[in-house]
Amino acid sequence: MMRRALRAGACGIMLALLAACASTPPTTVVLLPGQSGKTGAVVVRDGGTETVLSTPYASARSGGGQPIEQRTTSEPEVEKQFGETLASLPPRPTKYTLYFLSGTDKFTNETKKEVQQVLAEVAQRPAAEVVVIGHTDRVGSEHDNDKLSLQRARRVKALLIPLGIPEERIVTAGRGEREPIVPTADNVDEPKNRRVEINVR
Amino acid sequence: MKFLSVTLLAFVALLAAPVSSAEDIGQVKVTAGAVHIQRGAERLPATVGARVRVSDTVVTGSDGSVGITFTDNTLLSAGPNSVLMLERYTFNSTTHDGKFHARLNRGSLAIVSGKIAKQAPDAMVIKTPSSLLGVRGTEFLVKVEGTE
Repeated sequence: MMRRALRAGACGIMLALLAACASTPPTTVVLLPGQSGKTGAVVVRDGGTETVLSTPYASARSGGGQPIEQRTTSEPEVEKQFGETLASLPPRPTKYTLYFLSGTDKFTNETKKEVQQVLAEVAQRPAAEVVVIGHTDRVGSEHDNDKLSLQRARRVKALLIPLGIPEERIVTAGRGEREPIVPTADNVDEPKNRRVEINVR
Repeated sequence: MKFLSVTLLAFVALLAAPVSSAEDIGQVKVTAGAVHIQRGAERLPATVGARVRVSDTVVTGSDGSVGITFTDNTLLSAGPNSVLMLERYTFNSTTHDGKFHARLNRGSLAIVSGKIAKQAPDAMVIKTPSSLLGVRGTEFLVKVEGTE
């Protein structure tokens, strides 16, 4: 009697495990062409196997106890399957670059126009955020340039607030010398790299 | 004694302040139909401008969809009937080092990866019931079948 109950219990566990395996829903992944014209890659791993998607509209289906299946899908098919999801993607961040009159924190005339565009973009975006990112050239130490780039970003933030952008909508960052527009050797004075980038998102 | 408690209060405030401001990892920019953010026992409305944090679960109804922009410029949207857990997220805006791990239990996603995925391969990982997706700086779609 006891043994039969045990056996029934063990079967129950086995059945539950099998059911769990069978009910794991498969996953479909589709790689899209990048908007910048560059398509990236996604690695799909399922248990011990993996496959890499790296061409536009490459698609993989994994799970359900089957090996990973790769094929190429199309834009209309993607629209049919993912239309609603894609329609809710947030707008892409826009990017602006500001330069300063040498040795000052005054904007150049061109930069004044860029600032007007920033204000217009902020006005038309839902829950707009402004990210102000300072950059330096490679004169000085990396540590000092981290500080300097953040100071530059904070100065621009202080200039944007009186133009009507609420302070809590602005975040600052300092990238130091890590992201030059013109790559140079260390300690080279390069005005194009001394800049502040603004992302509106 | 009074001095001590004031000092203690100031110390506690110092400890608390950076944590609360660093917790927001993204903001809702688009929302349609029934969508909410589950934060522990709290059920928060996912209105435009709502902020998400690590460990939040984003849930959409059968008519719902939502778009979120993260602090590293990752853009993500979830379609109808989705359950997405934001398991892990760190981002250093100076070095761009970070981790972005999310779990899609059901439904669908569209993702335009941001600075975290660009900095290191596999810094961004999407998990589904059957698979692990390692993101190498890209735009892609994910669907957990039979649940959308």
